[in-house]
Amino acid sequence: MTLPEGFFPRIGFIIQNYYGSFLSGVGNTMLIALVSTFIGCVIGLGVGIVQTTPTDKEKNPAAYYIMAVIHFILNAYVEIFRGTPMMVQAMFIYYGSSMVFGIDLSMYQAAFLIVSINTGAYMAETVRGGILSIDPGQTEGAMAIGMTHYQTMTSVILPQAVRNIMPQIGNNLIINIKDTSVLSVIGVMELFYTTKGIAGAYYTYFESFTVTMVIYFILTFVCSRILRAIEHKMDGPDNYELVLSDALTMGEGNYRVRKPESNTNRDLAEKKLRSSAESAIEKGNQREGL
Amino acid sequence: MSEHVIEVKHLSKSFGDHEVLKDVDFNVDHGDVTSIIGASGSGKSTLLRCINLLEKPTSGEILFHGSSITGHDTDPCKYRAKVGMCFQSFNLFNNMTVLENCMTGPVKVLKKNKEEARSTALKFLEKVGMAPYINAKPRQLSGGQKQRVAIARALAMQPEVLLFDEPTSALDPQMVGEVLSVMRQLANEGLTMIVVTHEMAFARDVSNHVVYMADGVICEEGRPEDIFDNPKDPKTIEFLQRFTNR
Ligand SMILES: Nc1ncnc2c1ncn2[C@@H]1O[C@H](COP(=O)(O)OP(=O)(O)OP(=O)(O)O)[C@@H](O)[C@H]1O
Ligand SMILES: [Mg+2]
Repeated sequence: MTLPEGFFPRIGFIIQNYYGSFLSGVGNTMLIALVSTFIGCVIGLGVGIVQTTPTDKEKNPAAYYIMAVIHFILNAYVEIFRGTPMMVQAMFIYYGSSMVFGIDLSMYQAAFLIVSINTGAYMAETVRGGILSIDPGQTEGAMAIGMTHYQTMTSVILPQAVRNIMPQIGNNLIINIKDTSVLSVIGVMELFYTTKGIAGAYYTYFESFTVTMVIYFILTFVCSRILRAIEHKMDGPDNYELVLSDALTMGEGNYRVRKPESNTNRDLAEKKLRSSAESAIEKGNQREGL
Repeated sequence: MSEHVIEVKHLSKSFGDHEVLKDVDFNVDHGDVTSIIGASGSGKSTLLRCINLLEKPTSGEILFHGSSITGHDTDPCKYRAKVGMCFQSFNLFNNMTVLENCMTGPVKVLKKNKEEARSTALKFLEKVGMAPYINAKPRQLSGGQKQRVAIARALAMQPEVLLFDEPTSALDPQMVGEVLSVMRQLANEGLTMIVVTHEMAFARDVSNHVVYMADGVICEEGRPEDIFDNPKDPKTIEFLQRFTNR
């Protein structure tokens, strides 16, 4: 095999000969990024939920002090992993785990671990912010019908918080797709490491990394579009259908609702219904002498 | 004579150095509609929030059917399932449809099955005239509609007492009527209610007990005709004059 002359022929040559390596690099990168983002979000949710759980010092002092210790540990986790470079963490954990703890992590175990706990540290803060940003009225509304803190969190606060932090989850996924490249320092065969190998074979650094650059961009762009679509789906339909029964009772007055021509035009339908409801209430009020 | 449903005894509440409620005493009997009126900042909301245990009283006691709910051994969730509350800002669950808003409490708290919860929710949504909107999200509703859904959500828990904190204050005048008419109907049906309100006509016509608060104390309380037609306390007289002069 001889390397052709010229930029584009060389790119063609690289793709033709190394597409298998590129694909496996992409596979590893995406696997690590997707799985670790998911695990990181789970960690972040857990930490964020614990950090926003109220404890009553007077009612349950033991729980209060245990929580204080847990809070301290979680804060340390967040600060340390946000405050140090992932590349350094990769070296530290990969080599440190066997030397200090005698745990023999495989390269890939280390990769998933590092990216997950890194994402977790960022997500913890995001989740905490997401939970705190939900109007306290939502919590009060839930408490007022007797829901426990746990029920309030799972059915009211978290669904809203998760929706609000979806852009941040997307952000983290994109960062992770790019930042898995630092795992090359411990020899993980992701896209960057693979490209280095390909480039080295014929000294085609510029051409190989052009290909890789495009691949990274396609990966992040497609992911961000998919996430945007998921967000849109989570918001639910913009319109709602009125459910019309024959007679609805309102106040003292009975009124009938004529079926509006079209459900898609919600403003029109709503206006019609509202005005008929209002006139019914007015009638009711007049009867009562309001 | 039967016992009181709710008894507030020597209730005080401070936020830091700021004493918001001072030695408040009052009772609510079964079927009473109590209106709490008074100037802004007089502690009406705080009193109501204490009754629903959303605020912790600094001292004093609140009894529900004769037993204290302010001690450590009461489960606030169980108590709140029986004493509902509607807020000035509605506080509907934004992630749920109108129907889900009204079903969550019965399903999660009262452990009813979905079918049963659905039919109760529909019954109360129909009562407040919101049945056509069961698939709407709160952000798609007007203020008056939101408040009516909030009332249906509270009613779906089939509470013994319902607390209202200025349910119409955030509404346009035309929407006030639709909410008050629902509340008037509830009162006629004998629901025990405590209503903080600036709607003097409602306090006068619908309630059977009026409490006037000023600076964290109950200045005067009694039957509406006594308070409105024959106020004794100079503060009450001044407060009511401001309303009639408007
Ligand atoms: N969480 C809080 N922290 C500190 N101060 C508070 C808090 N809630 C209420 N207050 C204070 O308590 C006083 C009474 O408030 P409250 O909301 O009970 O009045 P209100 O009678 O309901 O007034 P309005 O008619 O405006 O609703 C106010 O001076 C207010 O500043
Ligand atoms: Mg208030």
